[in-house]
Amino acid sequence: MRYRRGQRVRVAARRHEGHHRTPGYVKGKIGSVERVHASFTNPETRAYGADGLPKQPLYLVGFAQRDVWPDYRGGSGDRVYVDLFEHWLEDAE
Amino acid sequence: MSRHDHDHPHAPITNGDEPAAAMRVRILEELLVEKGAIRREDVRRGIDWLVSRSPADGARLVARAWLDPEFKERLLADARSAALELGLDAGPSPVVVAVENTEAVHHLVVCTLCSCYPRALLGPPPDWYKSITYRSRAVSEPRGVLSEFGLELEDDVELRVLDSTADIRYLVVPRRPAGSETMSEEELATLVTRDSMIGVADPTAPAGIV
Repeated sequence: MRYRRGQRVRVAARRHEGHHRTPGYVKGKIGSVERVHASFTNPETRAYGADGLPKQPLYLVGFAQRDVWPDYRGGSGDRVYVDLFEHWLEDAE
Repeated sequence: MSRHDHDHPHAPITNGDEPAAAMRVRILEELLVEKGAIRREDVRRGIDWLVSRSPADGARLVARAWLDPEFKERLLADARSAALELGLDAGPSPVVVAVENTEAVHHLVVCTLCSCYPRALLGPPPDWYKSITYRSRAVSEPRGVLSEFGLELEDDVELRVLDSTADIRYLVVPRRPAGSETMSEEELATLVTRDSMIGVADPTAPAGIV
């Protein structure tokens, strides 16, 4: 587990051809680690019949809604949380 | 594509009323059965299990949590273990996370990529949960979505949208409604609706129970 709770991370902005579980709306955005879940098989290889190993650490990352949607209407404290695998995260501190 | 140059004594293979996705699933199932990867019995069992689950299971967890603060702590720390205490199987998803709504914080659950949902504790998701409209607007304009469900959040309530994009399934523990103070655990469980455990509604006590 490379990241700990509270750490600032940036979601990689890269394109990925094929199945992956990183929603486009948080790519390139900076958030903070809310929970360190555990490690799970990698859906990017498992989707094509492989075993998904090695397992990848999974985090719940929280983003300020106003950072994600520039014209967001709602409280400044509103946040959106996304489960993201470690190989999609970069240091942002 | 196979050659298709024979005369046509047979009926068309497609069923005019069958949606494309349903046809794809049916053909995949037929191929998997033919290749011995699965048995029809397995498919039937899977569907049977899924439709046997219902929001009443999740509601039992919530009602217990409302009455027993220590149980609530265990539920928020490890929902799978807490469910087992009530004899409930949290299902094949490895991790179920329960999150608590309070006066200051409201949670809303969505799966923007498909339809991930704590099926073992809530049963099959409603159709709107799987719609493109809900899946996109629940993250980009969640207060508008809540408003359309009849839930107006105060401006100072922090709204947390949970996008279950991977192996975690989220269950909302809604706020216990005013007027429910004298209700038993079984009565409380009847107040806990599916929508309130997704986060698009708050439970309400029936009028006159106070």
